[in-house]
Amino acid sequence: MITELGHFALILAFLVAIVQTIVPLVGAQKRWTRWMAVAEPAASAQFLLTAFAFAALTWAFITSDFSLRLVVLNSHSAKPLLYKISGTWGNHEGSMLLWVLIVTLFGAMAAWFGGNLPPTLRARVLAVQSAIAVAFMAFILFTSNPFARLALPPFDGQDLNPLLQDPGLAFHPPFLYLGYVGLSMAFSFAVAALIEGRVDAAWGRWVRPWTLAAWIFLTIGIALGSWWAYYELGWGGFWFWDPVENASFMPWLLAAALLHSAIVVEKRESLKSWTILLAILAFGFSLIGTFIVRSGLLTSVHAFANDPERGVFILMILGFFMGGALVLFALRAGTMEAKGIFGVVSRESALVTNNVLLAVSCFVVFVGTMWPLVAEMFFDRKLSVGPPFFNMAFTPFMLILGLVLPVGAMLPWKRGQLTRAMAPLKYVFVLSLAIGGLVWAMQTDRSLLGPIGVFLAAWLIMGSVVDLMSRTGRGGDRMGRLLRLPRADWGKTVAHSGLGITMMGVAGLTAWQQEDIRVAQIGEPFDVGAYTLTLNGVEEFEGPNYLSTMGLITLARDGREIAQLRPEKRIYPVAQMPTTEAAIDYDLARDVYVVIGDPQDAGGWAVRTYIKPLTNWIWIGCGLMALGGLLSLSDRRFRVAAGARKSGGPMPVPAE
Amino acid sequence: MKRLVMILCLLAAPVWAVEPNEVLSDPALEARAREISKGLRCLVCQNESIDESNASLAKDLRVLVRERLVAGDSNRETVDFIVERYGEYVLLNPRASGSTLLLWAAGPLMLLVAGGVGLAYVRKRSGAAAPQEDALSADEEARLRRILDE
Repeated sequence: MITELGHFALILAFLVAIVQTIVPLVGAQKRWTRWMAVAEPAASAQFLLTAFAFAALTWAFITSDFSLRLVVLNSHSAKPLLYKISGTWGNHEGSMLLWVLIVTLFGAMAAWFGGNLPPTLRARVLAVQSAIAVAFMAFILFTSNPFARLALPPFDGQDLNPLLQDPGLAFHPPFLYLGYVGLSMAFSFAVAALIEGRVDAAWGRWVRPWTLAAWIFLTIGIALGSWWAYYELGWGGFWFWDPVENASFMPWLLAAALLHSAIVVEKRESLKSWTILLAILAFGFSLIGTFIVRSGLLTSVHAFANDPERGVFILMILGFFMGGALVLFALRAGTMEAKGIFGVVSRESALVTNNVLLAVSCFVVFVGTMWPLVAEMFFDRKLSVGPPFFNMAFTPFMLILGLVLPVGAMLPWKRGQLTRAMAPLKYVFVLSLAIGGLVWAMQTDRSLLGPIGVFLAAWLIMGSVVDLMSRTGRGGDRMGRLLRLPRADWGKTVAHSGLGITMMGVAGLTAWQQEDIRVAQIGEPFDVGAYTLTLNGVEEFEGPNYLSTMGLITLARDGREIAQLRPEKRIYPVAQMPTTEAAIDYDLARDVYVVIGDPQDAGGWAVRTYIKPLTNWIWIGCGLMALGGLLSLSDRRFRVAAGARKSGGPMPVPAE
Repeated sequence: MKRLVMILCLLAAPVWAVEPNEVLSDPALEARAREISKGLRCLVCQNESIDESNASLAKDLRVLVRERLVAGDSNRETVDFIVERYGEYVLLNPRASGSTLLLWAAGPLMLLVAGGVGLAYVRKRSGAAAPQEDALSADEEARLRRILDE
């Protein structure tokens, strides 16, 4: 019964979304206030209905309702509760429903907090947002119905893919979707502004918090996914340049570009049409990501039930929104006259450089991801484009970005002098070079990657701090002034330092990882790097829905025990699938990563050990980037805009 | 992340990536073998190198790479040997030849184009500034000089 109610709620939400797409749009065109006012209650209703549908599906998973096809395919009664809940979106249909839920959530948020927007713009934003919801609700209802029943329910389900039975699944997809779909707000604002024919500083100020929020969510989502892959997959890679990873990375790069170019729109009223184009493309790449995951066109490791019919549907959605928005852009972009005037050496130019680098690096990832397809279609060559290509083609852009970032961040608006901006940075630059050189001299191999990473990290962190300090002026009470600086300034420093820390982690891990593969005899210690490991024994036991073989390993350094490690091999009998659970001793300086393999015929067990230097810096850096975004988001400027909402404008009509 | 790979590879053969008995006793040769393995694709997996893969085919390829190295082949000869048998598809890093040159050139070319457009834009914005805001006309300069002289 609840399932049918959920299905019905989704259909109702679909109908509400159609109304919300058409009525406010017409109203805004004709300046009919009542028609425009439909948007807000409709957005709330749409969200509540979709939330109900999602709750109904979750309930079916929690109660293991095996009359539902989806539950049978992706759940099992013996599965722990957390995975029953997160299993709701661990499959194609459920994850699509989560996607739509977030689309409607953002729409509702725009209705609730968008009181300070001009009424026509608000009506148009909500209508465009709702059009996206219509498209994806139709996709769910007509091709991927999660509420389909089975005529003959089985006694138990086929269990969720064991790799997905991890807390990672509870957090990684929701954050990622919040990011992907958050970009739909930027898209809606862009299209609404194009229809309106007006982009000004205020528009920049409205669109920036949404982009920032989406970018923060994407950052967290990608970092969580990367960490999950790191500990779950048994060889400790953190990034594979897999098409689906790229699909999340491309919107991230463009969102990063967008939130910087929106600053220029907000503060200087330049780069308007480019910012609009970026907003359209960023969401376009979100849609391309959805397409890649669900169409099966590109061979990817993120398997969802792939289906050509679904792929075509998503391609149509993609074509409609991108085609429509780009045509609109072509028609209207000319009318957006830039106002700000600035010198060649200025903050504006620096941000243009930032955008060029981020957009081109996104383009490189895009070309690399799509190339196997292009090569097969046009050149009749079947080839692969893998990590070696991306590492080589992508990394240079990040190096240049890291190199110019601190200088660009210190340039003043309108017109600056390179020598003056460099003056306070000179010492920091020399110091960073010295640190990098020292690392190069100390390391045993001659690879440049590690020292370059350390140099860039030092340069980015110290450069950001110098930038922050330079805002406190001279004389007494600099500390007081430092604390009273706008949060956006703090956000900038924290986020840019975070980028440096991530770069350092990536470089350190790639350059200095140590690996050891061997047959370990029980009770015989062996050395890996500076560490001594001893396999004390191997135990077998039964988990809630799996069988485990667990190695008991003592990790020691200089004769002192550091940790007990428990690497496992698991077999999930229902899914007929083994997994490896690595044991990791986390540390700021390095991770010790141990995996246990098979027993050997001649006695002993295969054991793989990695010393992974600076690994955690990667995720700490991502965390700092997200924190920087949050600080910026909480800046007074945006709250002032929020305060203005209360004083003016009609109250929204409550949903009935 | 790499769900399907794991399903495919593990179901195909529940073994492990590089196993202890595959490792060559000569560390230099082994290092070269690892280097080569990282650039070769596991054919039954998706987007995974044979160095990471658990599939038995990947194991066979790893052993093959090591055999060639022990026989005295150079890295390039070993890779050529495998490409000859399995096709260009096994290379995770496509060779810059023929149409693939486009792939390699795409990034740098785009950087040139985007950089050029960006520079043109910046110059236009700053060029527009000069006559209107900053530079003084001859008249104004003359007046300024008079004022300063006084």
